[in-house]
Amino acid sequence: MKLELDTPAEKTWCRGCGDFGILTAVKRAIQELVDSGETRHENIVIASGIGCHNKIVDYINVNSFDVLHGRVPPIISGMKIANPNLKVIGFAGDGDAYNEGISHLVYSAKRNIDITMIIHDNEVFALTTGQATATSSLGFSTKAMPKGNIEVPLNPIHLMLTSGATFVARGFSFDIKHLTSLIKEAVKHHGFSFIDVLQPCKTYHDTTQFLRERIYYLNEKGHDTKDFRAAWERADEKERIPIGIFYKIERKTFEDQLLKGKIPAYEKEIPSINHVIEEHI
Amino acid sequence: MLDEVSLLVGGKAGEGVRSTGYIIGRILNRHGLNVFIRDDYQSLIQGGHNFSQIRSSSKETWSHYEKVDLIAALDQKTIDLHEKELVSNGRVLFDSEEVKYCGSGKALSIPLLKMVEEIKGLKIMRNSALIGVVAYLYGLDLTKVNAVLTKIYREKAPKNLALAKKGYEYAEKNFDRIGEIKRIDRLPKPLLTGNQAIALGAVKAGLKVYIAYPMTPSTSILHYLAGHQDKLGLTVVQPENEIAVIIMALGASYAGARSMVASSGGGFALMQEAISMSGMTEVPLVIVECQRGGPSTGVATYTSQADLKFVVNAGHGDFPKVVVAPGDTEEAFYKTAEALNLAWKYQIPVIVLSDKHLSESYKTTSIDENNVSKEEVKMANGGGGYKRYELTEDGISPLAFPGTPEAVIKVNSYEHNPSGYAIDEPELINKMQEKRLRKYAQIAADLRSRETVKIYGEKDADNLIVSWGSAKGAVLEAMKLLKRKFKFLHVIYPKPFPVWEVEKHLDKVKNVISVECNSTGQFASLLREETGFLVNKKILKYDSRPFDPEDLANRIERVLE
Ligand SMILES: Cc1ncc(C[n+]2csc(CCOP(=O)(O)OP(=O)(O)O)c2C)c(N)n1
Ligand code: SF4
Ligand SMILES: [Mg+2]
Repeated sequence: MKLELDTPAEKTWCRGCGDFGILTAVKRAIQELVDSGETRHENIVIASGIGCHNKIVDYINVNSFDVLHGRVPPIISGMKIANPNLKVIGFAGDGDAYNEGISHLVYSAKRNIDITMIIHDNEVFALTTGQATATSSLGFSTKAMPKGNIEVPLNPIHLMLTSGATFVARGFSFDIKHLTSLIKEAVKHHGFSFIDVLQPCKTYHDTTQFLRERIYYLNEKGHDTKDFRAAWERADEKERIPIGIFYKIERKTFEDQLLKGKIPAYEKEIPSINHVIEEHI
Repeated sequence: MLDEVSLLVGGKAGEGVRSTGYIIGRILNRHGLNVFIRDDYQSLIQGGHNFSQIRSSSKETWSHYEKVDLIAALDQKTIDLHEKELVSNGRVLFDSEEVKYCGSGKALSIPLLKMVEEIKGLKIMRNSALIGVVAYLYGLDLTKVNAVLTKIYREKAPKNLALAKKGYEYAEKNFDRIGEIKRIDRLPKPLLTGNQAIALGAVKAGLKVYIAYPMTPSTSILHYLAGHQDKLGLTVVQPENEIAVIIMALGASYAGARSMVASSGGGFALMQEAISMSGMTEVPLVIVECQRGGPSTGVATYTSQADLKFVVNAGHGDFPKVVVAPGDTEEAFYKTAEALNLAWKYQIPVIVLSDKHLSESYKTTSIDENNVSKEEVKMANGGGGYKRYELTEDGISPLAFPGTPEAVIKVNSYEHNPSGYAIDEPELINKMQEKRLRKYAQIAADLRSRETVKIYGEKDADNLIVSWGSAKGAVLEAMKLLKRKFKFLHVIYPKPFPVWEVEKHLDKVKNVISVECNSTGQFASLLREETGFLVNKKILKYDSRPFDPEDLANRIERVLE
């Protein structure tokens, strides 16, 4: 059945923005995940941080929470803890995920909670009109750093690998077919899944051509996704840019260990406290 | 017959001072007496100086007293520091092998360590021998001592029971009783801290998810609920920091689980942006703020009431919010339950404002779980066309949780239209802002049927004491000591401020005296802001220690002179 995933909200991204590609891929992935019986329309929740990327919640007709800048991982983690039947997918900017909210990203990977994080990595704070983020290259010149960025960029794949993520991938926003399949795999993954999506920002950091010339499919070249060291090394490549799944392993999830019985918390009865009060007499 | 007893147990951190004080309290409580225990401890793990002040009486006991009739010293420092707090005919009990003391007629020396050696016990077990001595001195039943020790020490109980007996018999042979405490016949009541009462109250109002990052004096809620999570059907999480704490809790609330978080001033400060988001997104949440000495890191293990204005004004922007400040353990139970109900009824953040003195002091508490329930909330009927922020007359939009077929639940921290999509248009901004604020009128109306203030003392007294939070205990005890007539107005809800109740009491009196533990008179200032009334007799305390009833009574006398 074709889901009604469009919304009345007007699209306000710049023409040629990589966010359009992510939007298309996500909608396709949702349709296919529902079609394949992986989840139901009403059990999907998406969330976003604050930035250009966050408008995505207004453009997809599913449950959503537009949270604060940097706080996507904890909002969807809270949902998952309360109701493990939900499929929760977070969208965050690079500024959102790697600057303001980096601790949450690291911890979500560490605890292997079954959430999916998709990062719109345009290497810039776009909505605030172009300042350097954690992933901006050395020398990247902005209004806030006219003499160029003097900090070395962070490697998100390395960050997630060392944090204990069990699904680490990279996508390209204009390779919609590939990105759709990555998103599906990430959502299906039992545990924390992460996709750093290379997303050209047409206005403040247009990498479209640069990326098109260098990207190749990592998983077509016999990469072992269980090999941590290989994942680490591939993530170091700079001349050519691999996209695909770097690393994927199974590990007990946070909520499997935390929750007894996969029922929504609100369905549990209110217990009597008399047996606890008895301890205090 | 003694009407009441006050004693102090002191020693180094790590010597079991607090648990000894607590066990003595439990034993007194078992005798049908009312008990209050204040623990004074430092922010360190070993060494330093800790003490517990225990007050017990056949009447309701609201506070510890500085003056004590017995000091039980596990180390020398306890005597050096506290001898001045002893009443004229008081006694000092000490371990003859570690402490030197020769106050004539006062000294009760016992070879605690030797008793421990005799049964090949551990040094920490000498506390049980000490408990046995205390039991004899006040004429308490050894069977009740044994019952409490057995309950607490379980498999380790036998040696502790043997030591309690040794202590009791030694005292019987060598000392005179201080006196027998007058007992009362009553049903057993629990001896609870404010934090335990907060935790249990929340559970009875449907708490399902508790999330916190440790910070004294809120940490004991985390420990308590984590320890009881299976018995109470809870999920308890300790995430990376306070921002994650509150955001996760809001995620849980959005998904339908009643959730709660707690911290002290510093952690609460980190939560501001999310408190505001709770207001904007209309996702319900209860936040417990246990004040400690401030500003900044402040005085971690001591008390304060200096966050009142910060909490009342928490979160940027205009949005409806409630602040409730229980004054004792009973109110902590009922008012936390009420906080959860209000949060969900009105889809707002509700802050429970406590402090170290309430959160960590023990008090004999009367609570009945049947007096609390999960109150009805306005739920959507389900189906298509659901609008999370539907405009309604009362400002409350029906709730639905993700997982509801056909309902798409869009929540937004950005200003939004009734469907939850981001907007910037001025007319719609006004509409949405007014919708949220309409809930405030509903809340104020609802609170008129709940207890927002309590009145104590003489109805027609000329002198009115006003106070809030845990200062209540010392005020009630001070009133027992004062000769003049007083009326006491205790405000439980700092926000919405119950002007309708408070104004009734302000102009009919000659003097209004405010009592609070901060240095600027924040409550008096709030009272002025809300009612226009200027309090000119303020009693403030800001050394991070709670009021002592006798000292407070003297200060009240002085301001009236
Ligand atoms: C706490 C907080 N700080 C700052 C901002 C301002 N702000 C809005 S968007 C943004 C940067 C967004 O960058 P990124 O996350 O990379 O998203 P993009 O716009 O590039 O999609 C900032 C700093 C904010 N909304 N909240
Ligand atoms: S500024 Fe950049 S990221 Fe934002 S919408 Fe335009 S192109 Fe996209
Ligand atoms: Mg960005």
